Amino acid sequence: MDTISIRAPSISAPRATVRHRIRTRLPASLALLPTALVVLVVYIGCLLWTVRLSFTSSALLPKLDWVGLAQYSRLFANDRFLTSAENILIFGCLFISGCLILGFLLAVFIDQNVRGESLFRTVFLYPYAMSFVVTGVAWQWFLNPGLGLQKLVRDMGFPNFTFDWLVNQDMAIYTIVIAGIWHGAGLTMAILLAGLRGVDGDLWKAARVDGIPTWRVYISVVLPLLRPMIVTATVLLATGVVKLYDLVVAMTLGGPGIATEVPAKFVMDHLFERNNIALGTAAATIMLIAVVSVLAPWVYARYIRSQGRLG
Amino acid sequence: MSAVSVRDVTVAFEAFRVFDGLSLDINEGEFIVLLGPSGCGKSTLLNAVAGLLDVSSGQIWIGGKNVTWEEPKDRGIAMVFQSYALYPRMSVRENMSFGLRMAKTPKPEIEKRVNQAAETLQITHLLDRRPDQLSGGQRQRVAIGRALVRDASVFLFDEPLSNLDAKLRNELRVEIKRLHARLGKTTMVYVTHDQIEAMTLADRIVVLKEQKVQQIGSPDEIYRCPSNLFVAGFVGSPQMNFIKGRLKGGDNGLEFVSGKRRLPLVGYQFSQKQRADGEVVLGIRPEHLTVADVGTWSDFKIDVVEPMGADTIVWCSDAEGSLQVRTNGCKGSAPGQHLALGIDTTQVSLFAANTGERL
Amino acid sequence: MNTIEPQGCRPRRLTVGRVGVYAFLLTAALFILLPLWIMIMTSLKPMDEIRLGNIVALPTALTFEAWSKAWSSACTGLECNGISVGFWNSVRILIPSVALSIIVGAINGYALSFWRVKGANVMFGVLLLGAFIPYQVFLYPLVRIFSMTGIYNSLLCIILVHVIFGLPTMTLLFRNYYLGLPIELFKAARIDGGGFWSIFFRVILPMSTPMLVVATILQVTGIWNDFIFGLTFAGRQNLPMTVQLNNIVHSTQGERAYNVDMAATMLAALVPLVVYFVSGRWFVRGIAAGAVKG
Repeated sequence: MDTISIRAPSISAPRATVRHRIRTRLPASLALLPTALVVLVVYIGCLLWTVRLSFTSSALLPKLDWVGLAQYSRLFANDRFLTSAENILIFGCLFISGCLILGFLLAVFIDQNVRGESLFRTVFLYPYAMSFVVTGVAWQWFLNPGLGLQKLVRDMGFPNFTFDWLVNQDMAIYTIVIAGIWHGAGLTMAILLAGLRGVDGDLWKAARVDGIPTWRVYISVVLPLLRPMIVTATVLLATGVVKLYDLVVAMTLGGPGIATEVPAKFVMDHLFERNNIALGTAAATIMLIAVVSVLAPWVYARYIRSQGRLG
Repeated sequence: MSAVSVRDVTVAFEAFRVFDGLSLDINEGEFIVLLGPSGCGKSTLLNAVAGLLDVSSGQIWIGGKNVTWEEPKDRGIAMVFQSYALYPRMSVRENMSFGLRMAKTPKPEIEKRVNQAAETLQITHLLDRRPDQLSGGQRQRVAIGRALVRDASVFLFDEPLSNLDAKLRNELRVEIKRLHARLGKTTMVYVTHDQIEAMTLADRIVVLKEQKVQQIGSPDEIYRCPSNLFVAGFVGSPQMNFIKGRLKGGDNGLEFVSGKRRLPLVGYQFSQKQRADGEVVLGIRPEHLTVADVGTWSDFKIDVVEPMGADTIVWCSDAEGSLQVRTNGCKGSAPGQHLALGIDTTQVSLFAANTGERL
Repeated sequence: MNTIEPQGCRPRRLTVGRVGVYAFLLTAALFILLPLWIMIMTSLKPMDEIRLGNIVALPTALTFEAWSKAWSSACTGLECNGISVGFWNSVRILIPSVALSIIVGAINGYALSFWRVKGANVMFGVLLLGAFIPYQVFLYPLVRIFSMTGIYNSLLCIILVHVIFGLPTMTLLFRNYYLGLPIELFKAARIDGGGFWSIFFRVILPMSTPMLVVATILQVTGIWNDFIFGLTFAGRQNLPMTVQLNNIVHSTQGERAYNVDMAATMLAALVPLVVYFVSGRWFVRGIAAGAVKG
């Protein structure tokens, strides 16, 4: 072939490839290095360390012995932990469904072309800007039977009115639910409202031409369209449920008695106050398993499967 | 020596091979158009030439240099994108000079080149504006200006006119052609799915389909002698008429037969000797059919008439199916009318029915 | 001339439905505003009035004494320097944490969306999963690591913790934003000879203003409202406002001064509330983006 003569002594492709890749991608790799280290050390390393500690007999200081599942059997015989688990289930179900229902209603009503829409939106969402500690303290004050809501209603002429949930062993967890919904409903509303605004306007026109009542359109047409937003809101609220700690600490300190203990608080107490590291890490591991088994399929479907763009 | 040479290039994303051993030589000063439907790999090829995409194997040569592993900036290329890709936070002047500033070119030189390019493209008055203050056509001019400033020997265009409306598209098309003529020795590689752009701009067209080169040739060759059914159908509007049939031996050599329709193939240039009795597809462009009172094929009835101004498309059919005919619009043809069609045998194309290749 | 009346009656402006809509919205607004109202009212009353009076009523003897007490002399355990100490601690934690986490997030997002680095997507996937895992899983080993390196219970420690746990959201935020930018811009910049950092600083960062605003809102409220990290990592000298507030409210000495508690609560809520009211729609955008939905 006549082109052979112009084939300059080219460097062989594989070596050139490596050099090229290093030259152009080194800065990008270096930039990601700190994050990669954090992922490795904190997100993977610390997690494994915690799991490992849950199989030891560590008390005040960490030990690396092996006691098998002993801590777990202690854990599931522990009243405080069982109450925590039960509480988080109650709180989780009521809080998520409460936020979704109230948030959906608020979003739908705001979507009715009302006056002062932005004012309503601002009012509904402001609790979300506040910390759980503030929320907890505020609701503790509002619901305390001596000077709060109960006294208010009694003074209004209902002397037999009783609302002592905050200090009632059986009902205290529901006050936490109320405070939680107060904090999170606006967020749900904001997410669902964004979804409602994304609904194709022609759909409404079509429904109107077909003579379908508004509420029916919301239930049969709009609600299914809002599915991704509902999923998003649910996931967000669910992560809030697992992290539930500050609110309880500020509002009831887990009391009365152990009536409002939650797993996060159980772990914190055993790690940093009760000097029972092994039991604390065992409880943390149970939390981890619960979260991962619920969320892993969702995260997989949402992100890992649909990675960034090609090229 | 060729300006751009793609040698046995393979591009792969993960396990998926976009190209497998593709080769292409482009001469200096040539205007090459890569034409194909979306997903045919034309943009991928352009990105590989630009160095925006790593090739898995093979080499890319530009201006006699193996640039397979060079950085895009060192390849002596400039590129214009469909979405203009103007840096939104920079003025037009800053946009055009960004590359030169990156290369630490002296200020007076930058000034000179930017002004020159702006003058060429008549955008001098826009130099201090932001991209968002420009119209689509102006933005694309600026993008071309940014390429011009780079003083590159090869220009790469990635569907540069696809975001513009029809009128602006025609205007800028002429502008690009003029620019190519004025720059003289500059090679241009232009990717598009628009056959009119391809036909009007190209010295040579490369037709791609499913990551494979279908045909390389001048617009005229591509149009008159499409090398397979795909090219024949993709290029030309309205589309070429395709008629399925068989080859039969007749008194004067081979004859095309499809039901009642028969066409003696006197004067048709076969690429190799054909035997009779093969399944074939006959391709006739609408303008190579003539409306006549007595023609090669008769008994057609007009279905639809589409006047297009300069000419008229007549859809007519017989028992075998319908055909499009392009006529000079003056004749008063109306649906329901009967007519016969004359055929210029030297202008038709024949394809093997099984492979789709030209015979 | 006869005009033909249209069939059916003209729609009325005010229907039962409309009244219902407003009634629902106003009731909900009242429910949601009530705690804030009660907090403010309580903080402006003297204790006597609180004990005797109505919790929602306006103060008869308006006083700001509780506010000044909360700010400068309320007791958190043994010390009685008010919540101002916590306020300044929070500020000192907030500024570097917000700045650092946003910078790191932007660089990560940029590297992930425009540069193909081997293994980067795996790393990103792990990081995202990490965002859902309860902090309790990481806390104890992290405490050990920080004590071993000798920075446990310091300002640096709490800042690092905020940056570490801000990574998933910040990275995701910027990655998704950058994936939405036309890739051609990046290609054009590559042809113009830009490298990793020059493209970031000269082309990408100038286009990131909206996300920088959103990220700032998100991080300012998030870090200001943090309780658990401040409690665990900051050390006695650097306890943030939320922790101090909790200590004031639950300090067991003497009779509880509800007006001071509420004033302190209001003070602790002030920064995020101001951010919220000033930023308006941006705040919502921040939540939507931070909602790990992209």
